[in-house]
Amino acid sequence: MSSTPDFHRWPDAHGRFGDFGGQYVAETLMAPLAELTEAYERLRDDPAFIAELDRDLKHYVGRPSPIYHAERLSQHVGGARILLKREDLNHTGAHKINNTVGQALVARRMGKPRIIAETGAGQHGVASATVAARLGLKCVVYMGAVDIERQKINVYRMKLLGAEVVPVTSGSKTLKDALNEAMRDWVTNVADTFYIIGTVAGPHPYPMMVRDFNAIVGREARTQMLEEYGRLPDVLTACVGGGSNAIGLFHAFLNDADVRMVGAEAAGEGIASGHHAASLAAGRPGVLHGNRTYVLCDDNGQIAETHSISAGLDYPGVGPEHAYLKDAGRAEYVGVTDDEAMEAFHLLARTEGILAALESSHAVAQAIKLARELPSDGIVLCNLSGRGDKDVHTIAAREGVNV
Amino acid sequence: MSRIDQRFAQLKAARRTGLIPFVTAGDPSPEHMVTLMHALVDAGADLIELGVPFSDPMADGPVIQHASERAIARGVGIAEVLGWVTAFRSRDAETPIVLMGYLNPIEIHGYERFAGEAVLAGVDGVLLVDCPLEEAAVLRPLRAAGLQQILLAAPTTAPGRMAKLCESAEGFLYYVSFAGITGAGSLSTHDIAARVADIRARATVPVAVGFGVRDAQSAKEIAGFADAVVIGSALVGRLAGADGPDDIAGRVRDILQPIRRALDSH
Repeated sequence: MSSTPDFHRWPDAHGRFGDFGGQYVAETLMAPLAELTEAYERLRDDPAFIAELDRDLKHYVGRPSPIYHAERLSQHVGGARILLKREDLNHTGAHKINNTVGQALVARRMGKPRIIAETGAGQHGVASATVAARLGLKCVVYMGAVDIERQKINVYRMKLLGAEVVPVTSGSKTLKDALNEAMRDWVTNVADTFYIIGTVAGPHPYPMMVRDFNAIVGREARTQMLEEYGRLPDVLTACVGGGSNAIGLFHAFLNDADVRMVGAEAAGEGIASGHHAASLAAGRPGVLHGNRTYVLCDDNGQIAETHSISAGLDYPGVGPEHAYLKDAGRAEYVGVTDDEAMEAFHLLARTEGILAALESSHAVAQAIKLARELPSDGIVLCNLSGRGDKDVHTIAAREGVNV
Repeated sequence: MSRIDQRFAQLKAARRTGLIPFVTAGDPSPEHMVTLMHALVDAGADLIELGVPFSDPMADGPVIQHASERAIARGVGIAEVLGWVTAFRSRDAETPIVLMGYLNPIEIHGYERFAGEAVLAGVDGVLLVDCPLEEAAVLRPLRAAGLQQILLAAPTTAPGRMAKLCESAEGFLYYVSFAGITGAGSLSTHDIAARVADIRARATVPVAVGFGVRDAQSAKEIAGFADAVVIGSALVGRLAGADGPDDIAGRVRDILQPIRRALDSH
């Protein structure tokens, strides 16, 4: 008998990853969650569904995405080779489409004509609006008023795709509040509405389902590593807000005990400053948005307002599977500051001709740190989860440039 | 017999429908919270639901969201809420108090610690919106200490699950009258009457109906088939901005007394 734990056995039948996960929702949602779980459990093993999903991922999303050896960046850094999993090359410019394509197919098979979504950076909103347009579904996207202001381009993209964008003005007016508002919509319209959650959070089955749809990233990368490099990487890194791109990359490697995994959370202005979004690195176990996980909150249990330069990482919770992987010691989670992410953004742009999303720039910054610790024959595989076009205005404003 | 069970037994003996007002603890004013609680009883409340403010109230509409935001801005947490219950109990040992809210504040406070402090303060039950029966194992310390867990049932609750809820319910069962958030929509009492009748036939505890009860008229319609009615957003909305103890008590009377009369004339 092997002594290595099987990390692929989670979640259990109750949707728990060790002590984390579960279904902490209002009674009204228990029935739709049961209906969704039943439908998804059936579809995930249905050959016709799998074939349709595979076709969409290949012909519509543009998979597989390559792994790219960032040679000039690696040389500049000195140390191990840095490889980038190019999720930024997907249709709509980020990994988010992997999940929305999958969930939209589930929605259609469940006969739901209306989809809703929450969004932070707007990438998930765009990816949801995109698949809704393609399948002829009505789409409503909830977005914090603060995020609408800093992600104007994505707001307009969603409108061009026919979606209705609803500004959320409650609470901190960011991603967590958008999620609350989407949940309220779902509670009210459960009969005809499918809620496409954009990250590996929320109540079961979402953390499992969103992970499964993003796990293609790691499955592809693992195969590509073996085919192109004849070995697995020494370390994986990805940014973690809710954690969908990170779990997508990590999952296929979880039982490869020699592959180290490091999640890069948004340390904002530094964890000591209190202005950050590093739920795993600086939070504590709590209950938020339908699951038990690490959260940032005060001693009264009030959820904290977070800060990150990147709207997509600006979230006070994190997917429950990451909480489990942290406590199990299988993955490490560290903070990367706004400044470090910006520096990595510029370095990647100048050495490789790639504008990374600000979210992904956190992962690039971490990859640079990890590469420095390893010998030159080492390999760091970094998930470049999205492209940076959407962030051009934010970056220009931060640097005092008028575009 | 718990205070909640006793109160419903009294209501049944008197053939009266219970009136359960909900207020957000700390709104409109932390200073006058105990005054507000006594005013509720004076205006006819049979049981008080005290909302523990939470930053992310997923099941609540704008009225209660805003009340929670105001209370949080004034620093209201579990310690303050329990302090008000303790003060209230010095003059009222009979009216049951149920704390309503979300799990995270209690999780962070600590379940054991909360259970001990809440019982000592005189709390009788908890209604945790985001803690369905399946997750209720975390509440064992609360139940062990004598707090009753009030369960919710909804229009979407499937028959098999409803049977489980009816079996596990203690104190009373809170029937959410429509699929939605607090304070939204309008009631179609006709649709819910049959559902509530079915639950009452199966449950060993009384059934209270909430969400969407606004006034004497809607309360009276529900009184025909429920053991109690809950009035929340309409009251919280009316109390917003009330200035001083007299204004608070006056607004409570304006809202609750007509409902009380309607229930009693049913």
